Amino acid sequence: MSKIQKMHVTMTVNGETVEGLVEPRTLLIHFIREHLLLTGAHIGCDTGHCGACTLDIDGKSVKSCTMFAVQAEGSSIVTIEGLAAPDGTLHALQEGFRMMHGLQCGYCTPGMILRAHRLLIENPNPTEAEIRFGISGNLCRCTGYQNIVRAIQYAAAKLNGTQFQEAAE
Amino acid sequence: MNDLTPTKEQREARLEGMGCKRKRVEDIRFTQGKGNYVDDIKLPGMLFGDFVRSTYAHARIKRIDTSKAKALPGVRAVLTADDLKPLNLHYMPTLAGDVAAVLADEKVLFQNQEVAFVVADDRYIAADAIELVEVEYEELEPLTNPFKAMDADAPLLREDIKGKMEGAHGPRKHYNHIFNWQVGDREAADDIFASAPVKTKDTYWYHRTHPSPLETCQSLASYDKVTGHLTIYGTFQAPHVVRTVVSMLSGIPESKVHVIAPDIGGGFGNKVGVYPGYVCSIVASIVLGKPVKWVEDRMENLSTTSFARDYHMTTELASTQDGKILGMRCYVLADHGAFDACADPTKWPAGFMNICTGSYGIPVAHLEVDGVYTNKASGGVAYRCSFRVTEAVYAIERAVEVLAQKLGMDSADLRLKNFIRREQFPYKSALGWEYDSGDYHLAMNKAMEAVGYRQLRAEQAEKRAAFQRGETREVMGIGVSFFTEIVGAGPSKNCDILGVGMFDSCEIRIHPTGSAIARMGTKSQGQGHETTYAQIVATELGIPADQIQVEEGNTDTAPYGLGTYGSRSTPVAGAAIAMASRKIRAKMQMIAAHLLEVHHNDLDWDIDGYQVKGLPEKRIGVKEIAWAAYHQPIPNLEPGLEAVNYYDPPNMTYPFGAYFCVMDIDVDTGAAKVRRFYALDDCGTRINPMIIEGQVHGGLTEAFAVAMGQEIRYDAAGNVMGASFMDFFVPTAVETPHWETDFTVTPSPHHPIGAKGVGESPHVGGVPCFSNAVNDALSFCGSVHIDMPHDAWRIWEAAEKLGLHKAA
Ligand code: FES
Ligand code: FES
Repeated sequence: MSKIQKMHVTMTVNGETVEGLVEPRTLLIHFIREHLLLTGAHIGCDTGHCGACTLDIDGKSVKSCTMFAVQAEGSSIVTIEGLAAPDGTLHALQEGFRMMHGLQCGYCTPGMILRAHRLLIENPNPTEAEIRFGISGNLCRCTGYQNIVRAIQYAAAKLNGTQFQEAAE
Repeated sequence: MNDLTPTKEQREARLEGMGCKRKRVEDIRFTQGKGNYVDDIKLPGMLFGDFVRSTYAHARIKRIDTSKAKALPGVRAVLTADDLKPLNLHYMPTLAGDVAAVLADEKVLFQNQEVAFVVADDRYIAADAIELVEVEYEELEPLTNPFKAMDADAPLLREDIKGKMEGAHGPRKHYNHIFNWQVGDREAADDIFASAPVKTKDTYWYHRTHPSPLETCQSLASYDKVTGHLTIYGTFQAPHVVRTVVSMLSGIPESKVHVIAPDIGGGFGNKVGVYPGYVCSIVASIVLGKPVKWVEDRMENLSTTSFARDYHMTTELASTQDGKILGMRCYVLADHGAFDACADPTKWPAGFMNICTGSYGIPVAHLEVDGVYTNKASGGVAYRCSFRVTEAVYAIERAVEVLAQKLGMDSADLRLKNFIRREQFPYKSALGWEYDSGDYHLAMNKAMEAVGYRQLRAEQAEKRAAFQRGETREVMGIGVSFFTEIVGAGPSKNCDILGVGMFDSCEIRIHPTGSAIARMGTKSQGQGHETTYAQIVATELGIPADQIQVEEGNTDTAPYGLGTYGSRSTPVAGAAIAMASRKIRAKMQMIAAHLLEVHHNDLDWDIDGYQVKGLPEKRIGVKEIAWAAYHQPIPNLEPGLEAVNYYDPPNMTYPFGAYFCVMDIDVDTGAAKVRRFYALDDCGTRINPMIIEGQVHGGLTEAFAVAMGQEIRYDAAGNVMGASFMDFFVPTAVETPHWETDFTVTPSPHHPIGAKGVGESPHVGGVPCFSNAVNDALSFCGSVHIDMPHDAWRIWEAAEKLGLHKAA
């Protein structure tokens, strides 16, 4: 096998311009985790099913294990590390997941939160069924989803400035 | 006292101790992407290892040619069994007293078995190199049917132990036989069955499945050739056990082996054992003097590291005409795959399968288990259960339903009639356990009332009539299950892992300014130990939980512990926390007595300090006591404030619960819809109700998965079918039902805080509840038992066999 020619990529990640040299076959998730050392997004499968690697790319939720780093050339990407406000104030979803006990091992959480983030932008007032459908590309093995749904409802209420009463038991 | 003096309630609330729905400490890092999992760790000069795996289920290895792989730039080493043999590392001991191949030695025994380990500069080069390793196989006849394993002409699987007819658990009957295990009184049971008026006998197959945590198994070994220190990061549910095993295998003194289990992305029993990947990353690091990481992919996870279940359970009940159960017999054929690598306490070849008399006062019983080898991956781990308890509970809870059907009796009534009564505890079961406490009637009645059980049965009768009249194609099933778990392994007199007693430990150190650190021998994989353990300390020592740091998963700093699985953390480590705290409190009492100038017997503990009996205003808080412990000489006391406790539990704990499921099934599509699921759990004292509820949701969801579709299947040639998330059923938020939770509280009488453990109960009780619902739905059409998993296809198939699709 001959040596693989590396390619130069540039993209915006969490508001900062980043660049790197990658093989054409380098997956975006590996570039994010291993070159940029943003290890919040995880890998949970080989088949694009689990959503642990979900990033927000140019206004869409993308499973970053299904994309090469070079395909993200020029893209604008948000990872879990870039979701809180610059002053450190947590995003309503980050708060909601904690308040509603929407996570256990935490492995699915960054992907789940980023997916919910895009969901709430597209649909600020989702019904429970819409939330469940909206996160069905993200698997969680620990929580049984019920408290994730509540966490997203909590965040939606907070972002909309309405009241959310129900608390996790 | 004035208006600003906090009330008792305020002081208590400030602690966020036991019983409080404290928000989790872990979430702060996890929600910000700051968790620290094994694959997040990157050490300088780190290499990456990956496996060449067998394409066959059973074959002789004729030749392995690694030369092309080794010639690839960036490849540092390719290891085969021949490289490990001189180190005596080509086999490793399993927790069950067998050995398992690290790299296949002359033969492969299951598909995807590890054949060679490639080490390269990065994971892409390693993947390239795997393609370049040439392995020549000679195919052998595969053995996939456990019922044929002990045939006279069955293919011989384990050549390495061919002549060794004395196994770890007694004599072997056949070269593919592993053990025969019997509990109870066979003769007495046979006598009962000879004369009982009503008898049932059915074989239930609890199919093979997999714990599949979202993070796979992984390790990173780093050997320092200069100092001789070996550091291993890994997905280890039991880090200290890993350290001991590594030291025994490598000859490196245990003091120079440092095992770190960082954050773990779910375990569910998958991360208890020791796997070839761990061993190979360690060996490669020792050989190369560089850090070597191994990360399993999902396919490898599902097809190699530790399946669960695969028990064929022939279960018999004998009863009177009016439903008093007289006896039980159970015979299990256990398919262990290529090696006996189940993760049970070493003396228990079938785990705690002898809890199979369940929640009932069955006077006479006999259990027999035969374990056999087949050409499948090894394992038999406790997937979200205490050692084979889900199997046991499934057997008895199906059998009770079948008996009720035969008697024409309501199955809830049959249970109520046979429950162990409250006044019978501590109750000695026919198969040797001593149940600590319970009030089964209270729990069952509360649950039946909550779901409106009698009304549901009435509705079901109407729907059945409508179905028979041809007005609907939907049938309704009511799933009932009542389980008794056995957790908290366990007393070292009968539980050990490779000879190490199954105690657990806690070391607590109070700092001069009154905050504290607790170091533990267990390891959370999402259960929230950092949160709940601190709550126990908070209540015991009067220090606010947010000032208590909990540290786990570091063998250099933590006292020796046996780890987290089998719901043992709260029953065993939780007790160690209470006991260590009480040692500290005893010392605090002496210090307080000195400071208040009274006799220590004249002091009462009061939430967060000591007060003089009858003089509530004469008190001293924990903070002042801690300060004094470090800053003031106290006569006859050493300075400092810390304690360690190794807790060897006197007995197991026995959580229990009553679950109900209402399901509607379309007989034409086989689609099953869970209309309602209600779970009442009694786990004794409740430390954090929010976390308990989360555990119940998660366990039920995994139960739903297993009962309704999750399976690791093999074809006749031994090909593993569907070992990816494409085929292996992991429910999404859409198909996962809504969960209703409830509880009763029966504290464990022998546990310092009365807690019993809960993480696994919902799985143990949930699986039979779903299966009973499906079976109940079709019982009125003459069906007695349908095996899991109950996916739409199999339900449709069952309906077809019952003739429900015939044109009217
Ligand atoms: S890692 Fe599973 S979808 Fe990307
Ligand atoms: S919290 Fe563990 S996978 Fe979702």
